[in-house]
Amino acid sequence: MSSLTTNYLAPSGREEAWRFTPLKRLAGLADPSTSTSSEVTFLFKSGQSPQVDFKDVVSSTLPPTYVSTDLITNRVRSESLTTSHLKIAKDAQLTEPIMLGRNCTGKPQTARLVIEAGINSVATVIIENQGAAQIGEEIEIIVSSGARLNFVTLQEWSSEAIHLGQHHAMIAKDGEFNSYVITVGGSVVRLNPTVDFTGEGASANLFGLYFATSGQHLEHRIHVDHKIANAKSRVNYKGALSGKDARTVWIGDVFIHKGADGTDTYELNRNLLLTDGARADSVPNLEIETGEIVGAGHASTTGRFDDEQLFYLQSRGIPSEIARRLVIRGFFAEIIGKLNNEVIQERIMDRIDLELAQVGV
Amino acid sequence: MSELIVKNLQVSVVTDAGTKEILRGVDLTVRSGETHAIMGPNGSGKSTLAYSIAGHPKYTVTGGSVTLDGADVLEMSVDERAKAGLFLAMQYPVEVPGVSVSNFLRTAVTAIRGEAPKVRTWVGEVKAAMASLNMDTAFSERNVNEGFSGGEKKRHEILQMELLRPKIAILDETDSGLDVDALRIVSEGVNRVKSNSDLGVMLITHYTRILRYLKPDFVHVFANGKIVEAGGPELADKLEEQGYAAYTSA
Ligand SMILES: Nc1ncnc2c1ncn2[C@@H]1O[C@H](COP(=O)(O)OP(=O)(O)O)[C@@H](O)[C@H]1O
Ligand SMILES: [Mg+2]
Repeated sequence: MSSLTTNYLAPSGREEAWRFTPLKRLAGLADPSTSTSSEVTFLFKSGQSPQVDFKDVVSSTLPPTYVSTDLITNRVRSESLTTSHLKIAKDAQLTEPIMLGRNCTGKPQTARLVIEAGINSVATVIIENQGAAQIGEEIEIIVSSGARLNFVTLQEWSSEAIHLGQHHAMIAKDGEFNSYVITVGGSVVRLNPTVDFTGEGASANLFGLYFATSGQHLEHRIHVDHKIANAKSRVNYKGALSGKDARTVWIGDVFIHKGADGTDTYELNRNLLLTDGARADSVPNLEIETGEIVGAGHASTTGRFDDEQLFYLQSRGIPSEIARRLVIRGFFAEIIGKLNNEVIQERIMDRIDLELAQVGV
Repeated sequence: MSELIVKNLQVSVVTDAGTKEILRGVDLTVRSGETHAIMGPNGSGKSTLAYSIAGHPKYTVTGGSVTLDGADVLEMSVDERAKAGLFLAMQYPVEVPGVSVSNFLRTAVTAIRGEAPKVRTWVGEVKAAMASLNMDTAFSERNVNEGFSGGEKKRHEILQMELLRPKIAILDETDSGLDVDALRIVSEGVNRVKSNSDLGVMLITHYTRILRYLKPDFVHVFANGKIVEAGGPELADKLEEQGYAAYTSA
């Protein structure tokens, strides 16, 4: 049992960061008067190796390496007595993905995870989220110089789950961070994938896929800070929405600070509205303080199902349900194709098919 | 022996400005083995005729009938029409992002034939059909029509026709946008399917040049939403010389 020590006020909903979020549905996670009752730990499901060290440590022995203004992050930091620490050894070349899973119950909980990818290491970390969680989390990701880390987080929560999280990656010289945020389950999911470059030649590829059905609120707030020269970022999130009050929010903030010469960035968000009554907000935001860049751009579209595509497929004998499924799978293929793990690819596609079947597509 | 009968077909489309009547009573019968050229000026309603027969949801049939071997085509869904043996090679084939040509062809053939093609013979079948249309097999892995040139899209349409083996095919300006070589290759493809399967063809075109390769048995002049004159191949020669002016001045 822990109560809040950080001094903050619950958001009113007028704050820029919270204006899209349904505050009444957060199970008190953003409200200091509600205390969190337990901490969540992961199950190390597969990918064990002598070059992988995973353990729970006392949080004070692993202090945060960056300052956060995020309310949930600060709460997690002050209330999580233990922190899960995943360390990938220097030079490790791991072919099997590291799978961490958790199945959470419906009590307000916090979770803090620190992932450290050692110098020149290559690894894939997959996080599986299941159950009826009420969870506030922080994941701190340290990509050392020359390391390549693929980070996959699967939000396959059950329909009542609440998940508020910050995933902050710090990427050192020539490091590469590829993240795949897949959000299909949960009642309210609000994630802040953020990136900071700490060395030149670093790159971040942030991919996301979300599918909101009736009543779901799925929010992704990306923030990429280019303070260092010659770093590269790509953001590509795609979402589909179906049913009454299906709601998604995508915020893409990219800041190119003075001195970040040679920055190369592009961010993209596409939303597909499958029915009436769903709403997708998409807010790309690019701020540039230097003219000496390689490229910077963004695009955002929200559109309905393309009837011409359906007609074309049907005119070749393909029944309408199969045609719709092909088009939706096709829409997501660009993201799923980037994941080079067939098991996970199939799993996501199957889940999308299931969602489609449930909404009668 | 198949027979597509279009009788007094009237079709309109709903636009922002209101309902617009496009087809004003089209009569046409296409039988197996026959090639009918439908020739007419731009905007006369040729594509509307093609789309209406294929069942595009934008077009509303307000009168008349379409039957294939006695079955009411207008009662069928779009995919049922294809299963019944109709095929439309579109003037503007649609791009379908994220869906590979190979997945698309396999899904379509499975739907039309009622069972999945055998893996072994299927790969060879597709390769052979692609080769005869001068298509690189790399097209299989590309997304349907995405980034295809105009000519590649048209070849891809004919490829589908070869694999789906329809009874009656409507080719909507398949010749437009093709250079001479591509025109010959595409025409040979159509002729190959015809000689293998007794296909009936409704060849919609604006120009006579494709008729050098695909010999029509009948030529119909289309203007203002209906057929205004019908005849044999000689009618095409007359159009070549005189154009459509005589039909559109009214
Ligand atoms: N979906 C549509 N919406 C509005 N007008 C249409 C639509 N389809 C066709 N038309 C109009 O109907 C007429 C015939 O078009 P179309 O059938 O494409 O002619 P063609 O193929 O002979 O060039 C044109 O005036 C065209 O603008
Ligand atoms: Mg046309």
